[in-house]
Amino acid sequence: MTRLLAAALVTLSLAGPAAAGSPVQADLEAEIVCPTCNTTLDQSNSPIAARMKAFIRARIAAGDSASEIKSQLVDQFGPAVLAEPAKRGFDLLAWLVPLGALTVGVLVVGALAWTWSRGGPTADHVSALDPDLAHRVDEELARFED
Amino acid sequence: MTGRAKAVGQAVAIAAVAGLFALLVWKLAFADKGGAADALARGERPVAPTFVLDRLDASEGEIALADLRGKPIVVNFWASWCIPCKDEAPALQATYEKYRSQGLVVLGIDVRDFRQDARRFVKRFGITYPVVFDGSGSTVGKWGVTGFPETFFVDRSGRLVGKRIQGGIDIERNRQAYDEGLRLVLGSAQ
Repeated sequence: MTRLLAAALVTLSLAGPAAAGSPVQADLEAEIVCPTCNTTLDQSNSPIAARMKAFIRARIAAGDSASEIKSQLVDQFGPAVLAEPAKRGFDLLAWLVPLGALTVGVLVVGALAWTWSRGGPTADHVSALDPDLAHRVDEELARFED
Repeated sequence: MTGRAKAVGQAVAIAAVAGLFALLVWKLAFADKGGAADALARGERPVAPTFVLDRLDASEGEIALADLRGKPIVVNFWASWCIPCKDEAPALQATYEKYRSQGLVVLGIDVRDFRQDARRFVKRFGITYPVVFDGSGSTVGKWGVTGFPETFFVDRSGRLVGKRIQGGIDIERNRQAYDEGLRLVLGSAQ
């Protein structure tokens, strides 16, 4: 039994890295855009999408990695074929700008909340009611109670 | 928050909104609406949008539309996965062979395609006219191409004439427009 478990562990340890490095057809189809319909390949049945799916299948079978397959598709169709912009060069801005905007927004909201919680109006700042107005309010209340 | 900090915050917010508004106006004013095809449909004779693209039919080199100025040109947008493109290919090749001696250039632009598929297509249909590769579709917006195949006529002065032909040039409804386009470009002056 111990030998069987050891053999299973060795098999798993050998198979693990290979499985992790092998691209999955469905994953790539969700990461590549059909150039004529502007949806990802998994959402499209257009002729070029079908051809691209076949290309991906063939490249996976040939042993290419996901990044190699994407690189070949970018070479054919340009960078717009990637559903997500590249994380380098000018395209990196597409990732950094929203993150930066979010960070600035959180900081601004936090600063405002902090300021309001500390600097809000207190009882001292509330101006006293005008005496004439206070008198009129008392009169109205007395009439209302009658 | 001090009055100064508040004023700066408001200024930044107003500047951001103004920037976004300016972007919207710019997009509405200058966005590529229908390309040259729209101008052609309005009866204008727009200058054919320029491009410089790699040749598909040669191992290296490129073709610039500007270099063909002075020649009558039939520009055909196609892709190997497009069925009507296969149907019209023999007719385009026949046009090239018939009018080549009069200076006519048929220029194929293979769009959003695999190079190897396109080369196979060229070989299969015996295409001898020049073909360039536009995998990313960079010409599509400027020309106003909405599908494949589409065919345009560029006269010797570099302007679009006749009608944009949507669909195969070989089908009945396009026959007259195709003949008219050929007549216009072949008879055009530089």
